[in-house]
Amino acid sequence: MHRFKRQFLSGPYIIWVIGFVLLPILMILYYGITDSSGSVTLENITAIANPVHLKSLFLSLKMALLCTVICLILSYPVAMILNSLHLKHQSFVVFIFVLPMWMNCMLRVLAWQLLLSNNGIFNTILDTIGLPKLQLLYTPSTVVFGMVYDFLPFMILPIYNAMDRIRTDIIDAARDLGASQLQIFMKIIFPLTISGVLSGIIMVFVPALTSFVISNLLGGGKVLLIGNVIEQEFMQNMDWNMGSGLSIVLMIFVIASMAFMNSHNKDGEGTAVW
Amino acid sequence: MKNRLFFFSLLLFILSVFMGCGNSTKNGETLTILNYGKYFDPEALKLFEEETGIQVDYEEYESPEEMYTKYKAGSIDYDLLCTSDYMIQKLIGEGEVLEINYDSIPNYQNISQSIIDASAAFDPTHCYTLPYFYGTVGILYNTDEVNAKETDTWNVLWDKKYGGKIIMENSVRDCFLVPLKQLGYSLNSTDKTKLNEALQMLTEQKPLVYAYFVDETGDEMAAGNAALSVVYSGEAAYAQSLADNLAYSVPKEGSNLWIDSWFIPKTCKNQKNAEKFLDFLCREDIAAMNFDYVYYATPNTAVYDNLEDSVKNDTTIFPDQATIDNCEVYIALDEESTNLYNQLWKELKSN
Repeated sequence: MHRFKRQFLSGPYIIWVIGFVLLPILMILYYGITDSSGSVTLENITAIANPVHLKSLFLSLKMALLCTVICLILSYPVAMILNSLHLKHQSFVVFIFVLPMWMNCMLRVLAWQLLLSNNGIFNTILDTIGLPKLQLLYTPSTVVFGMVYDFLPFMILPIYNAMDRIRTDIIDAARDLGASQLQIFMKIIFPLTISGVLSGIIMVFVPALTSFVISNLLGGGKVLLIGNVIEQEFMQNMDWNMGSGLSIVLMIFVIASMAFMNSHNKDGEGTAVW
Repeated sequence: MKNRLFFFSLLLFILSVFMGCGNSTKNGETLTILNYGKYFDPEALKLFEEETGIQVDYEEYESPEEMYTKYKAGSIDYDLLCTSDYMIQKLIGEGEVLEINYDSIPNYQNISQSIIDASAAFDPTHCYTLPYFYGTVGILYNTDEVNAKETDTWNVLWDKKYGGKIIMENSVRDCFLVPLKQLGYSLNSTDKTKLNEALQMLTEQKPLVYAYFVDETGDEMAAGNAALSVVYSGEAAYAQSLADNLAYSVPKEGSNLWIDSWFIPKTCKNQKNAEKFLDFLCREDIAAMNFDYVYYATPNTAVYDNLEDSVKNDTTIFPDQATIDNCEVYIALDEESTNLYNQLWKELKSN
């Protein structure tokens, strides 16, 4: 009886997973390997070899990589500083970093549009102090900037968590034994935070690679990422097969990057993306 | 296609199990209508329900492509649809459209003959459609920065002094019509060399372009973020209502004339009621309500004749006959040409 009840409770979750995770993925797989008449073909997957598609895939990889590196460079020192503050209300400082995530991602990106546009706030300031106006919006750099802005908390949090778990006794012991600051960092702090870094990398790289909303809003339709190509196939060209085929290719890249990260993550803490 | 529908209905079935959806009818008679967003005065809908006792289930969509997907999914049987020229042609070609019995629509006589004639591009025998609103595509410009004379040709969009201040349409056909017209070709060209010439012009232009937009253009122009933009006349009229320093021009090389029309789809269950609704919306008072609400050019001559001269002569809303004659209506592309356009579009964007 008890067992039955427990199984019953997992029912909604199972229906959810089947209806909204499994079924859509199966549909994408099905569309990806068939053409509009329903016969099996690999054309939609090999379509990635189309120079235009390859170009946008490489652009996506390049931008996602750039975004990840910038996030990492910004986050690691921030996490260290946060951790070394030993504030009474340390969690409050973390809360400040997470606070923007309470707002919808679209709204935050739209706010940047207003700030950066030709007659936006930044350009008005430049104009009043007598400097020439700049085109800040709708360039590839703006898209990278938007991605960094949007995904930064996903890098800070896991690194901060990993750092928070390092016991101060270990560092004190190292100091007692005469280790320098650099040695402490290289031999203790960095190795112990590597799992946080790796999960941070995945949590930033994967959404940056598949993103299309940020490039739509901050790229002004001039930056074509692979996500935009897929969106266009679905929404404008109504070629669901092609869109699905390209999605499968993108999924392979996502899975490969996660597998690569996991194989380097020996202690396995904090990731759990599989 | 069948498989796609099967999957779709499976998904919808699962959704409907969750939501317990079911249609309840009040007095038995209902009319299910699908229209563009903000394209019908809700007060007028209420009036129709009061006058006829027919309950209206009114639904809205954003783009013709979205409408097509919604309609083709087949989960809702629509009685009446309103959409744009080329999409209607596509549906007529697929045998999805029923003939309208114009005799049961006495107010049809209010509809302008010249717009009915122009509809022949997508409804050659004119037995399927009823024009609702129409307009053009043209240049919306900031009068503080751009001289009106310059905008009588599409060429101004290649002028380097406006670099970084040009907004283009972010949809493939509305974007390609500009170079096609500039080169003196039809905007329905499917010839590969002609389209490649157009692509080359657009690629040359890309460094000058501030952004490719659809719905944002009006707001961006009103905020003064750009000096020149390619827009639908409706969007231009909206932008002008926000800022005084904007003007609209249809270049002399010609442009697109778009006509949004009503039609009765195959899924219609009560054609009489659908025609009753069509007659209702052609009636002078209702058409006037909708004109005030939507503020696009109405083909309803009874409404037009009673407008103030200042509105009648506003060429942003009502293009003059010479402009209409100089414009082309889009013709639906076959699959091969659609793919060609799509490929060229991606090439432009990835350059």
